[in-house]
Amino acid sequence: MRQATADLFRSLAIQRRVVFALFMRETMTRYGRHNIGFLWLFVEPMIFTLGITFLWTAMKSVHGSDLPITPFALTGYSAVLLWRNMPARTIGAIPPNLSLMYHRNVRVMDIYIARLLLEAVGATMSFVLLGVLFIFLGMIDPPEDLLKVAGGWLLLAYNGISMALMIGTLSERSELVDKIWHPLAYLIFPLSGAAFIVEALPHDAQQAVLYIPMVHGLEYLREGFFGSKFHPVYDLSYMILVATGMLLIGLVQMRTVARLVVPE
Amino acid sequence: MNAPAVALEAPPSEQRGIFLHNVSKVYPTQHSTVKIFDHVDLDIRYGEKLGVLGRNGAGKSTLMRLISGSELPTGGVVDRRMSTSWPLALGGGFQGSLTGMDNIRFISRVYDLDLEAAVAFVEEFTELGRYLREPVKIYSNGMRARLAFAISMVVEFDCFLIDEVIAVGDQRFREKCQAELFERRGDRAMVIISHDAEFVKHYCERAVVIHDKTVRHFPSVMEAYDFYLEHIA
Repeated sequence: MRQATADLFRSLAIQRRVVFALFMRETMTRYGRHNIGFLWLFVEPMIFTLGITFLWTAMKSVHGSDLPITPFALTGYSAVLLWRNMPARTIGAIPPNLSLMYHRNVRVMDIYIARLLLEAVGATMSFVLLGVLFIFLGMIDPPEDLLKVAGGWLLLAYNGISMALMIGTLSERSELVDKIWHPLAYLIFPLSGAAFIVEALPHDAQQAVLYIPMVHGLEYLREGFFGSKFHPVYDLSYMILVATGMLLIGLVQMRTVARLVVPE
Repeated sequence: MNAPAVALEAPPSEQRGIFLHNVSKVYPTQHSTVKIFDHVDLDIRYGEKLGVLGRNGAGKSTLMRLISGSELPTGGVVDRRMSTSWPLALGGGFQGSLTGMDNIRFISRVYDLDLEAAVAFVEEFTELGRYLREPVKIYSNGMRARLAFAISMVVEFDCFLIDEVIAVGDQRFREKCQAELFERRGDRAMVIISHDAEFVKHYCERAVVIHDKTVRHFPSVMEAYDFYLEHIA
C-alpha cells in the first residue's frame, strides 16, 4: 500500500513535470519571442471581447430592458472563449506532436492537458483583466456575488475541457469531426447564451436552448455578476451531468488513441 | 502509468534489461491489416550491444519503437527493466520555430535534469555557439544532427537505440559521436540498426535478423550477416 502510494506520487510528479514542459513548449511555439510574445495569450482574446463589447454597447442590442449591456457582453463573449477555442486546440493536437511520443513519459493525455491549460489560462486572464479594467473605469459595477462568478466560470471551463477532450480524441479517429465542428461551432454560437438571456426568449425557445450545457453555466455566472437585474434560469446538475458524460467519452477515446499512436 | 525515465532506485545492473515475450504487431491499412511481427522473443541485457539487420520495410524501426515503449505491441509483453533512449539520429522532435535552447529546456524538464549542466554539455559538444539561441528552422542539416545527438547524450539512459546515427555529419563529428557513445557510455546496452556490416561487426557481440515477420537469433554477428546476405540482401 505504501509502495503504491509512493509510486502514485512519483507518477504525479513526473506528469506535472511533463505537462509543464509541454505547456512552456506550446507557449513558445504559438507566441514565440516576437513583439509582445506570450502576452498574446490573453491580449488576443481581450481584443475579441473588447470588440464585441463595444459593438453591442454601441448597438444597444438588448431587448430594451435595463440589463447592463457591458457586463452582459463581457460575460457572454468570455464564456464563448471557453467552449469554442478549446476544441479548436484539441482537434488534430496529436500529429504535430508525434515525435514527442518517443519520450516515454510524454503521453497523449499530457499533450491535451497542456493545450487545454494554456487555453484556460488565456481565457481566464482575459476575462479577469477586462473585468477589473471595466470596474476600474466605472463602466460596470463589481459583481454582486464573486463566488458565483468564480463557480460559473469554473463550470464553463469544466464543460469546455470535457467537450474539447471528446471532440479532440474523436478527431483522431475520423477526419469528419474536424469538418463538422467548424460549421457546428458557428451554429452553436448564437444558441450558447452569449447574446441572450433565457428569460427573454419565448417559452418553447427556452426549452430548446436549455439543452445546451453552456447556457446554464452562463446564466449562473451572470447571476453572480448582475443577478438583481434579471431572473436567471439554470440547472447546474444538468450541466455537470452533460459535461461529465462528454469527459468520460473523451477519456475512453483517449485510451484508444494512445494505443494507436505511432511516433514518426 | 508513467515510469521514471531515469529510475530512481535502479535495479542492480545484472537484472536490468528489456525482454520481449511472444510479441506481435499489426497495423491497420486502408482496406485491411498488415502483420509486421509474429511471435517475437528478444532479450537485451544491460551492457549488451545488439545489431539489428533487415531489409528496408522489414520492421527495424517498428522493433525500435516497441523496445523504446513509444509504441505498444498488439499482442505479447514487453517487459522493460531499464531506461531506453529515443532512437538516436532522428533530427525529429524539433519544432522549427523553437531555438536549440528551447529544445534543451524541454528535455531537461521532461527528464528532470540540471539545465545548466545540460546547456554546458550541448554548447561544448555541438559548437553551435550563438546559433543555439536561434530557431532550429535556420539550422543546416548538419547543425540539426549535431543538436539532436548532443541532446540525446544529456540523458543518462541504460540503453541507447541507434538508428544509422553515425552516418550524419562530417568525419570529425562522427568520431566525436563515436567517442561519446561507445567509449564514454561503453558500459550501456545498445541496439544498433545499420546497413554497414563493418560497423556492426566492430561494435556488436551479437546480431539478429528481421525476416519473415519474426526475429532470428544468431550466436555471432558473422553468422547473422551470412544469413542476411544469403536470404535477404
